[in-house]
Amino acid sequence: MTAEERPLKLTSSPHIKQSEDVRDIMFNVTMALIPIALFSVWLFGLSALLLLLTATAACVLTEHIFCVIAKKPTTVKDWSVIITGLILGLTLPPGTPLWMAALGGVFGVAVAKTLFGGIGYNCFNPALVGRAFLQIAFPVAITTWMPPMLPGRFTSVIPSTLTFPFAKMDADAVYAYIHRAYAMAGIDGVSGATPLSAWKFGEPPQFEPSARLFSGMISGSTGETATWLIILCGLYLIWRGMMNWRIPAGMLLSAFLLSGAFWLGDRVAYPNPFFMLFSGGLVFGALFMASDMVASPMTSSGVWLYGAFIGIVTIIIRIFGALPEGVMFAILLGNAVSPLINEITQPRVYGVVKKRRAES
Amino acid sequence: MRGEPVAEAGGFVSTAMHAPVAGKVKSLDRALNARGEMAPAIVIEYDPDADQEAVHGEPRDITDMSPDDIVQAVQDAGIVGLGGAAFPTHVKMKPPEGKIVDTVIVNGCECEPYLTTDFRVMVEHAKWIVEGARLARRATSADTIVIAIENNKPEAIEAMMEAAPKDEPFVVRSLATKYPQGAEKMLTRALLKRDVPSGGLPSDVGVACFNVATLAQMGQLIPAGQGLIERIITVSGGGVSRPGNYMTPLGTSLRYLLEHAGLTEKACAIVNGGPMMGASMPSLDIPLTKGATGVLALTEEEMRDTSRQIFACIRCARCVDACPMYLNPSMLGLLARKERYEDMAEHHHLNDCFECGCCSYVCPSNIPLVHFFRLAKAVNRERSASK
Repeated sequence: MTAEERPLKLTSSPHIKQSEDVRDIMFNVTMALIPIALFSVWLFGLSALLLLLTATAACVLTEHIFCVIAKKPTTVKDWSVIITGLILGLTLPPGTPLWMAALGGVFGVAVAKTLFGGIGYNCFNPALVGRAFLQIAFPVAITTWMPPMLPGRFTSVIPSTLTFPFAKMDADAVYAYIHRAYAMAGIDGVSGATPLSAWKFGEPPQFEPSARLFSGMISGSTGETATWLIILCGLYLIWRGMMNWRIPAGMLLSAFLLSGAFWLGDRVAYPNPFFMLFSGGLVFGALFMASDMVASPMTSSGVWLYGAFIGIVTIIIRIFGALPEGVMFAILLGNAVSPLINEITQPRVYGVVKKRRAES
Repeated sequence: MRGEPVAEAGGFVSTAMHAPVAGKVKSLDRALNARGEMAPAIVIEYDPDADQEAVHGEPRDITDMSPDDIVQAVQDAGIVGLGGAAFPTHVKMKPPEGKIVDTVIVNGCECEPYLTTDFRVMVEHAKWIVEGARLARRATSADTIVIAIENNKPEAIEAMMEAAPKDEPFVVRSLATKYPQGAEKMLTRALLKRDVPSGGLPSDVGVACFNVATLAQMGQLIPAGQGLIERIITVSGGGVSRPGNYMTPLGTSLRYLLEHAGLTEKACAIVNGGPMMGASMPSLDIPLTKGATGVLALTEEEMRDTSRQIFACIRCARCVDACPMYLNPSMLGLLARKERYEDMAEHHHLNDCFECGCCSYVCPSNIPLVHFFRLAKAVNRERSASK
């Protein structure tokens, strides 16, 4: 048989294409989050595992249900909603009540993603919208922390994890649980306060050493503590060309410089810039949340601006704000300004002379 | 006789045509061309008894031809841009009134993957290219000749270095290998840091740009007094068993050339041109014309990724990074889906897009961006024509 006997394929150029598609990118981001998730389960135990599973399941189900309601083919297979679920779980404290995590997932995916039109159309990072919702609605639960490596973490769950939906969060029960766990193991307890709140609210301010922050052996949000691992996983995505490295670079650099300037001004009141970088969610936020393709600007100069903006806002919130942590709101603000950044950073089109204001 | 003129130029932006075979003009007809239109054609009946070796034409002395003589000779020889556009070459050699051309660019940057005609021409016919470039320089009164070659072709660079006379203003420049480096606009920026203005021509910035194959033909045909009757065509792709560069008489059908190159049943699409900008052919009974740089017989395997599921744009910005014209293909794509074609042209520089295909190639959402843009341009053309 020669080609003439069957119809020739008529296609529009280009006739060749690189093979990587949206699913491949989202799958790789998911894979990059898995080591971070595993490490967090090792640090915080059974509760962390349940938290991650619940958040992810809630997000996936929400998207699926909305697709069914909209009579569209389900989009859960593109992996993006799994990323949302994992990130939501990883940014919540390990003892977050499961029902809250589920609620945050439903809210984030439903309001910030599907109602905007699904993947590609969300103006804000859905995981962060979910988390912001929880932070505002349930401030106590979202600021009740666990120390890492608590004895017995694989055989029992944190009491708050299984709180009945809409029941009051009993923070004292959590502290009693921590105390009991240490007592049974016969070791001295460590406080559950995060390094950031220990600095901000401590009397006098306490500074966790940077090496310890880097190792991840601190209390904090489930998946935000292990700086070294987060950087490794982020580098994998950058190496695969699936993350714009300028965003984390701009964000970390600006946060480092600004907090460095404060530190040089007053070394007693302000922590050194490495503390600022490695504490809280800055590195995780820079590599896995601010870099969300959909809600970040598209121009190369724009992403630098966007990264720098988020870094600066984070440090300003941390130093002057009422909250010890500012990454989440900084990124959401960054998402909000990214259309504007796009607008002002459009590169000059080849061969087009910039019109002067008078002419236009 | 082979090479006898069969058509005269019908105006300044047109050229003569010469018989690619010895035979008899049978009819003036219409034939399906590579654009899918029924275009006017001269049908020549092949004469089995005629001498197919001899070519019509008288050698002439080119040393004291004036610029206008050269332009006229090029028009009479039927030479057009052999890089693919098939724009009459003599038009480019006569800069518009008041425009001064100071540089002739010899374009040795193979425009697309798969194609290797320019490479072979540079390696085998460097002398003719130099001769053609000299003529182009004399016709345009340019100062320098810049030969641009991508750095993945060291053999071609070497051949051109050797052929370029040291006592004449020839410069050989090696450029990064990067599609679409061979586009005129990209070349003028890469070589001279000059931007061809939007909607303008290279002559606006003092440049005349010629493909190496065009110049080689010029360097060969003008002194010999002959006309353009054949060209080198790359035949490639997984669907042919003997890929290679074939010296092909103009007017040869796709079928003849492909069967000669060993077309196999694995081929599922035939592309006239390169894989990035070429057009897929509806039939094998289409004659090859002067602008045919390559013929590709692509297999399902090679085209596999072009028919994948289309996702929503995730604003990854790969198209923005890829666009050589610094357009925003993502935004243009969104507007195209909303059929806001006029908006695309007025506010988003749609007409500066030269359809290189980079944005479609990199898009992980598999959005057929170039296709949208082509459609948008066509609709805009139609709308403005009906106004």
